[in-house]
Amino acid sequence: MIRIQDVFFSYPNGVEALKGVSLEIQDGEFLAIMGQNGAGKTTLVKHINGLLKPTKGTVTVDEADTTKVSVATLAKKVGFVFQNPDHQLFSETVEEEISFALRNFGFSESAIKERVNWALNLLDLAEYRKVSPFMLSGGERKRVALASVLAWDPKIVILDEPTIGQDSQQKERLRQFILQLNHLGKTVIIVTHDVEFVAECKPQVVLMSQGKVIAQGSAEKVLTNLEVVTQASVVLPQISQLFANLKDIGFPTEVIDVNEATDILLGRLGDSR
Amino acid sequence: MSMFDGFKFRSVNSSVHKMDPRAKFIYVCVMFAVAVMFSQIIPLLVLLIIQMPLVFAARVQKEWLRSMKGAAGFAIIIFLMNVFSLYFYGNYESLSAIVERSFALTLRFMVLIESFSVFFLTTSPDLLGLALEQSRVPYELCFAFTTAVRFVPVLAEEAQTIMDAQKARGLELEGGSFIKKIRNYIPILIPLIVNAIRRSLELAETMESRAWGATQNRTNLYVLRMGRKDFLLMLFSFAMLVVSVYVSLNVQIPNIIYLLNI
Amino acid sequence: MPIIETKNLTYTYPIGTKPAFEDVTIKIDKGEFVVLTGPSGCGKTTLCRCFNGLIPHFYSGKLEGEIYVSNLKVVNHPIHELAQHVGMVFQNPENQLFALSVEKDVAFGLENLGISREKMRERVDWALKITGIYGLKDRAPYELSGGQQQRVAIASVLAMQPEIIVLDEPTSFLDPVGAQNIFEVINRLNKDLGITIILVEHRLDLTSKYASRVMIMDKGRIILDGPPKEILNSEEARLIGVGIPKVTRLYQILKNKGLNLNEIPLSAEEATKGLLEVLRI
Repeated sequence: MIRIQDVFFSYPNGVEALKGVSLEIQDGEFLAIMGQNGAGKTTLVKHINGLLKPTKGTVTVDEADTTKVSVATLAKKVGFVFQNPDHQLFSETVEEEISFALRNFGFSESAIKERVNWALNLLDLAEYRKVSPFMLSGGERKRVALASVLAWDPKIVILDEPTIGQDSQQKERLRQFILQLNHLGKTVIIVTHDVEFVAECKPQVVLMSQGKVIAQGSAEKVLTNLEVVTQASVVLPQISQLFANLKDIGFPTEVIDVNEATDILLGRLGDSR
Repeated sequence: MSMFDGFKFRSVNSSVHKMDPRAKFIYVCVMFAVAVMFSQIIPLLVLLIIQMPLVFAARVQKEWLRSMKGAAGFAIIIFLMNVFSLYFYGNYESLSAIVERSFALTLRFMVLIESFSVFFLTTSPDLLGLALEQSRVPYELCFAFTTAVRFVPVLAEEAQTIMDAQKARGLELEGGSFIKKIRNYIPILIPLIVNAIRRSLELAETMESRAWGATQNRTNLYVLRMGRKDFLLMLFSFAMLVVSVYVSLNVQIPNIIYLLNI
Repeated sequence: MPIIETKNLTYTYPIGTKPAFEDVTIKIDKGEFVVLTGPSGCGKTTLCRCFNGLIPHFYSGKLEGEIYVSNLKVVNHPIHELAQHVGMVFQNPENQLFALSVEKDVAFGLENLGISREKMRERVDWALKITGIYGLKDRAPYELSGGQQQRVAIASVLAMQPEIIVLDEPTSFLDPVGAQNIFEVINRLNKDLGITIILVEHRLDLTSKYASRVMIMDKGRIILDGPPKEILNSEEARLIGVGIPKVTRLYQILKNKGLNLNEIPLSAEEATKGLLEVLRI
């Protein structure tokens, strides 16, 4: 379990990025942290694997205080996939890229082999095993970065802006993959401002604005609340915009999904017929 | 980091910031020459104090103080090194004379830091590039200069992100032998270089798309014109040079220990 | 007379084994607002690079077929000449700003063209005002948000007064509000100034309502081209997997189940209007 208690954080240049954030994330939870750029989302999740230490307040991961353990120790438990794969890829082959972290963590050669194979298959990369990651397309590089983190099987997986620059097919694959990870019992935390993506994944949502958490709850609840969504400078998903417009003639507002919308509309039409 | 902040341009709307970089450059050169001319406490102290109004007029006291604080560490080292070397290799009659001389040389360092700090704090790299341009330095070089300055913070941030990304994959940067330390930096250097190349390609594409190289007679949005303040600064610099040369040739500057009768 | 015209255009990168796009034949008229979309790697970015001559003048490789932009045969005119007709805005705002102040950046292209200082000042201020960033003119690029930086990039090409502006995924690094502001600026350039827009985008839910035409590329070919409603409602578009707006998808499902709206909606407003019409019967 991740427990964030009244955390404040200021960068060395004086910018106060977090102003008293408290949050509990249970094992196996699927959470989206949302808000506009500069709201403090990435700063917050960097506290979970100890890359940043709170200026005030505490962060514990499974009862371990992040100020008392090294990033490497935390990283074994908390996998962090950065936004841009080009900020981490450096190896000659995809295989070596994926084994990098495993070597750092001191896995045995046989375990490394096994896990590399597992990760390659998981992300559909087996054919690129001996290929240089720099020769791959953007979407493929993103998958290599993901594989290189999942290889050591961390119980918590953090994805920073996973949908940036992805087309809708790639997003759909990513969605299914994330749900699969969550299904395997992993805690999955995504940092994003992609409302349509979140509306499709339907995780728990934490909405941040100016270094504070301003709302949390199910995606249906948070993403249909015009007031907090506006305050966080995010926009409503298209379907919830539609239902906000239909509120006056007696429609429910907490709808973000196309299929649910269909059922509600057809049901209503059946009544009136 | 804090020391470099004391040299990083800070945009303030002040008359010092609006001055012509060329005038300020002459001023810095004169300061340099004069500071080297003297090795006694009194004139160097005068030099240190005489620059302060400029710092206040430019409203960069905070940053300036930071540069001074950052330099203090070096200053102490310089001071100790001087005491040490003068004690063993110099022929001074008393320890207090050695201390005074060392202090004066440290002061000289501070004076130089102060004038450089004022120059860089108040001169936007844009204007500096323009000054270079108007001094007939080829435009490509001036452009390279301003672009480099523009991308320093961007690259610094990128390096930090890459370090974070590799640390998140279990890379430990501290500890280990010298060879191991160097090896540890490979996963950071390669992405940094790859990204720099990719970035330069994107920059080149953008430049081309903005009509780079369309004409030999490139124009500039800004033009540097020397104003009254600039002439005053140059006059002041010149006067200071003359006075200093005169003083250093004709006036016997008393030592502090002599004045205090130690 | 179309402002952009290509005939059987095919291009292969120097290191490529197969064409990045092939056999592209299009005509775009003055004042159109074209949204160009398609899966990653389908060749949209490469195609855009031909519009201002980056291909074949900056990227070598093999260009076959014909392309005319503003009545200029692209192969025969240097990029700096084409740049006065076609403005290009790229994905990453950070790598499009060179100078240390906003207004100096906006002036960059005009300086390269050797425009006189008075005229330059006039045009820079004009471009800053239209893009709504006049108040930021003395700021340094790193003090700006991504959305503001991207508006500077737009102002920079606008200052050169092009007839066409091509934007290659200009909002992919931006948050929703930043993106929306950019789309509104682009829309103003199109509607108020009559500038022809070619916008490469994945986010069709936010952009298709502004477009007069949508083109979809897949595997190096243009496979769909027409009015937004028609294209986004087509079965092919859904099968290629372009992100059609959620309300358009809703319309399709409702239609399959026997509830027919009068118009194909692209935005929540249009869907509301359509639904109110049928629900009140």
